[in-house]
Amino acid sequence: MADRIGDPTVVADNVHLTYRVHGASSGKGSATSAFSRLVTRKKAAGVTEVHAVRGVSFVARRGEAIGLIGRNGSGKSTLLRCIAGLLPPTGGKIYTDGQPSLLGVNAAMMNDLTGERNIVLGCLAMGMTKQQVAEHYDEIAAFSGMDNYNGKDFTRLPMRTYSSGMAARLRFSIAAAKSHDVLMIDEALATGDRDFQLRSEARIRELRKEAGTVFLVSHGMKSIRDTCERVIWLDAGKIKMDGPTEEVVAAYEKGV
Amino acid sequence: MANSAQADTVPAGGPSADGGGIPLAELAARHNLSVSGARPKLPAYIRQLWQRRHFIVAFANAKTRASYATARLGQVWQILTPLMNAAIYYLVFGLMLKSDKGVDNYVAFLVTGMFIFTFTQSAVLAGTRSISDQLPLIRALHFPRACLPISFTIVQLQQLMISMVVLCAIVLGTGEPLTANWLLLLPALLLQFMFNVGLSMIVARIGAEITDMKQLMPFLLRTWLYVSGVFYSIAHFAKDAPDWVRWILEANPAAVYIELARDALVESHAHVPMHTWALAVGWAFVVGVGGFLFFWQAEEKYGRG
Ligand SMILES: Nc1ncnc2c1ncn2[C@@H]1O[C@H](COP(=O)(O)OP(=O)(O)OP(=O)(O)O)[C@@H](O)[C@H]1O
Ligand SMILES: [Mg+2]
Repeated sequence: MADRIGDPTVVADNVHLTYRVHGASSGKGSATSAFSRLVTRKKAAGVTEVHAVRGVSFVARRGEAIGLIGRNGSGKSTLLRCIAGLLPPTGGKIYTDGQPSLLGVNAAMMNDLTGERNIVLGCLAMGMTKQQVAEHYDEIAAFSGMDNYNGKDFTRLPMRTYSSGMAARLRFSIAAAKSHDVLMIDEALATGDRDFQLRSEARIRELRKEAGTVFLVSHGMKSIRDTCERVIWLDAGKIKMDGPTEEVVAAYEKGV
Repeated sequence: MANSAQADTVPAGGPSADGGGIPLAELAARHNLSVSGARPKLPAYIRQLWQRRHFIVAFANAKTRASYATARLGQVWQILTPLMNAAIYYLVFGLMLKSDKGVDNYVAFLVTGMFIFTFTQSAVLAGTRSISDQLPLIRALHFPRACLPISFTIVQLQQLMISMVVLCAIVLGTGEPLTANWLLLLPALLLQFMFNVGLSMIVARIGAEITDMKQLMPFLLRTWLYVSGVFYSIAHFAKDAPDWVRWILEANPAAVYIELARDALVESHAHVPMHTWALAVGWAFVVGVGGFLFFWQAEEKYGRG
């Protein structure tokens, strides 16, 4: 593998993101009102702008696990969605190596399907071959713990019957089955219990050894300390501090 | 990735400061990084899509099963629904609205038209929602988004297979003979499937960009149903109309595929001219390929917002 520890995987160059919020347009209604909205092209009253990310620049490298901390609404999730390519930055550029994967808070994927189907479909969607799926299936089911949860095989039940922590476990297990160049975890592990947090932290360390980059958003400073050696502190859309975990977390905890 | 190894022998990026003083854009270029969220080139996109072919089929199978798993009677609905539809349309258009329709076997005529139109109609309805209803999946995993409208059209194809058994039984029941002509149904349905895939990709993009589309679609589809000659014979109905009106009505893709199916199944139905087949092939390719290109052009935007 030519990819080496230390090569950049994500380069953010003065990234800005502004949300444009269109009043109270609910997008529901009768055919006639929908039609008149289309014809008149009228935007529902009042456009408000939310400047969520304001000029963020950093370089992330292979083998790094970077913690992202900051108050609610400081722009952490928004920044990750920009990196994942789900939101186009309104200013600046983001360069990535390969396709970053984002694990968000809402952990469900295909709610009406069983855990088993979610595993198979999730792996196929990530680009695995049928054979690779067969190889990884038991590992994923076992890692998530869904194959024997309180003595019941939950892989046979639809995902809508899972608790939020169980859904998060399954989704992390699916995503982690593949090695990623860039994996971003946005509070997806927060609902997991102690046992699963330990297991997922071990998996994150493995991913780093495979020369990937991991971003972790969490309000739990313990899991940040346990997994990351570098932390970026976002405040009101700007980087307030970027450095070794101990320094940044200490400053953050003093400031809060 | 060979390039990034080479680039590393140049300044090495400097372990201390980020980027070691090199402008960030240049650093990114040096390590062969690509702009995040950019749309893949067409050949690469097609390759990715081909790689996901098992996903497309598995997703369709899972969706079909799940849609019936919640209903008590389960898979029986797959047969009951088209049967009940046929019964209602016979009641309304066959018995209550008695008029000269210029059709010999009206039941077979109506049921065939209805089932064929339903195939396109349900593909369009499912296509409109295929992106907007799958946002959690789109935001969770990366795969070419065209998988979704294609997959949902395959769900409709599976549905159609079952409807076709019922349709053939009804047509035979009305006294039509089983002839070699029935084999023509296969190429006709294949072309219609291609057309449906393209059309569902078009409405998938529109539905993803304009949420109001979901409300408008049933209304548009009903209008399309009325002009497609499902309840009446276009040739008979428009025999006094100017040529261009008849021509437009007959070139309507839904009418084209319906006529082909009737030609295959109903013996008393007038044989379709060769240019109807040409139209069927033309619509399949133009809409199939055009819809795919149209969908691909917004690939990077699905799931945003
Ligand atoms: N879809 C949206 N439309 C408009 N504004 C939004 C949207 N999503 C987030 N914002 C705004 O952007 C800002 C940053 O939000 P973001 O979700 O990135 O915060 P966060 O750091 O992830 O917070 P938390 O710790 O609560 O998860 C907030 O002010 C929020 O109101
Ligand atoms: Mg957040």
